[in-house]
Amino acid sequence: MLFFFETLIKIALLIAGLMTAAAYLVLVERWMAAWIQDRVGPNRVGVPLTKIRLFGLGQPAADGGKFFFKEEFTPGHVDRALYFLGPMIMLTAALAVFAVIPFGSVLPTRFGVEGLSEPIRLVVAPGMAAGLVYVFAVNGLAVYGALLSGWASNNKYSLLGGLRSAAQLVSYELPLGLGILGVVLVAGSLDLETIISHQAQSGAWNFMLQPLGFVIFFVAGFAESGRLPFDLAESEQELVGGYHTEYSGVKLLMIMVSEYLHMFTASFLIVILFFGGWHFWGLTGSSDVVTWPVALLRVVVLLGKVLLTILFFMVARWSWPRFRFDQLMGLAWKVMLPLGLLNLVVLAVWMEYGRAVAEATGLSYLAATAAVGWGTLAVAWLAVVWFAPSASDNRPQRSPVVQEVCR
Amino acid sequence: MMPIFLFLLCAAALCVGLLVVANLLGPRRPGPVKRMPYESGMDPVHEARRRFNIRFYLLAIAFLVFDVELLFLYPWAVANGAAHASQADPAAVSAPQGLDAAVAEGLVESRGLIFAGVMVFFILLTLGLVYDWRKGIFRWR
Repeated sequence: MLFFFETLIKIALLIAGLMTAAAYLVLVERWMAAWIQDRVGPNRVGVPLTKIRLFGLGQPAADGGKFFFKEEFTPGHVDRALYFLGPMIMLTAALAVFAVIPFGSVLPTRFGVEGLSEPIRLVVAPGMAAGLVYVFAVNGLAVYGALLSGWASNNKYSLLGGLRSAAQLVSYELPLGLGILGVVLVAGSLDLETIISHQAQSGAWNFMLQPLGFVIFFVAGFAESGRLPFDLAESEQELVGGYHTEYSGVKLLMIMVSEYLHMFTASFLIVILFFGGWHFWGLTGSSDVVTWPVALLRVVVLLGKVLLTILFFMVARWSWPRFRFDQLMGLAWKVMLPLGLLNLVVLAVWMEYGRAVAEATGLSYLAATAAVGWGTLAVAWLAVVWFAPSASDNRPQRSPVVQEVCR
Repeated sequence: MMPIFLFLLCAAALCVGLLVVANLLGPRRPGPVKRMPYESGMDPVHEARRRFNIRFYLLAIAFLVFDVELLFLYPWAVANGAAHASQADPAAVSAPQGLDAAVAEGLVESRGLIFAGVMVFFILLTLGLVYDWRKGIFRWR
């Protein structure tokens, strides 16, 4: 029973934190967009009914509140059940991923309550052996959300947006899985906490050992969160709003928030899988038994890394143009998938024979692994440059049949 | 498993709660033009649900094949990694881990055999990719 309430408190804190973070990071993103585009940005809304501006910190509350006072409107031509189900699936799935994602290490106390687990682990579902598979499965539900809302809207823009979104999410899920497999292969576990402590104990973060896997996971994570270089599904200039063209009011809010949460998920996974989670050299230690300062420091380090990653996402969004759809699909299937396979095969071979090689050459095992990893990245980079079509003319080529007809 | 189901329940409840609150607070002003599909101000010409490009379907099939094949690799990755981690620090582990445990129990002959099997699996995966590529599934024109 106590465990039930402990879980409930964690869930409440986590959901409240995520929602607040999403609201305020939207404000941060708008500031950043303003800074990049050399304009002022939101700086007016402060305390209501006064003239205090507070640098626009009241903006998220005003925006959020406005969504609730909009008409909860359902167009006449939609498939009502699916129309409501789409955003609900998206938001539920986007939140539910965080059940296994740790947002710190442990707290060294039970707050004087007998029967609580000690130490309190800062994750809603601790010790989930199949954590990464769960993340992968629930994250994949986003495809259903996009497809359902696109189909149910019974609108041409929505249908095209939904199809594009599904194709994109589905294509980039494969490189994402290959990137994760590399980490699993090294850590020998699917549990995110174990993966962090594995990196903390060896002191080498995974992006140093398998940079190619990191690059693949990073790009695929970007694509899965559907933000600007990859926002083909809702490209305003072609498809109005993509699969949420027919949505308004709080259902639009749900879709927007879940898209933002996808970015959080990607950032958390990047930090946990490749940047050591809560670990930082000489600061946080690596043991399971901690004191209060260390416990808090670990939370701060983890969230700080996540924040930096999110800021990078934002800078990338406001500095890159959008892909074309054939480029998007080509990148997923013709570049990332083969490179992901290469990374995994090199890693598997190295794990089989690496120890013997390291002993024969007298290098330390970690250093040799890192050397192999960066060598693979260099080879992959050169191969892509060598085989990629010339960039001087990257217009889409017409098929011979069309050329014949149009001649 | 309980925490996860609780979390799913809370998330679903949040969705329903948001919709209910918005229904109570928002105004209601329906109109015939408002109910039409949005098409940049034009009257819609025909149904939205018409035939669409077959490539989406081919892509979905290709994804299904590769995703299931990747799922087969997860157990291997975990077992192999566990065996490898125990190899790095033999003093800390009492019993053989992961693949080593499978070998000790006589389920497979040796770790080399599994390694060879996985390599064959990778070759099959690559062949599938090459086949799809040559068939032009990834060509969007």
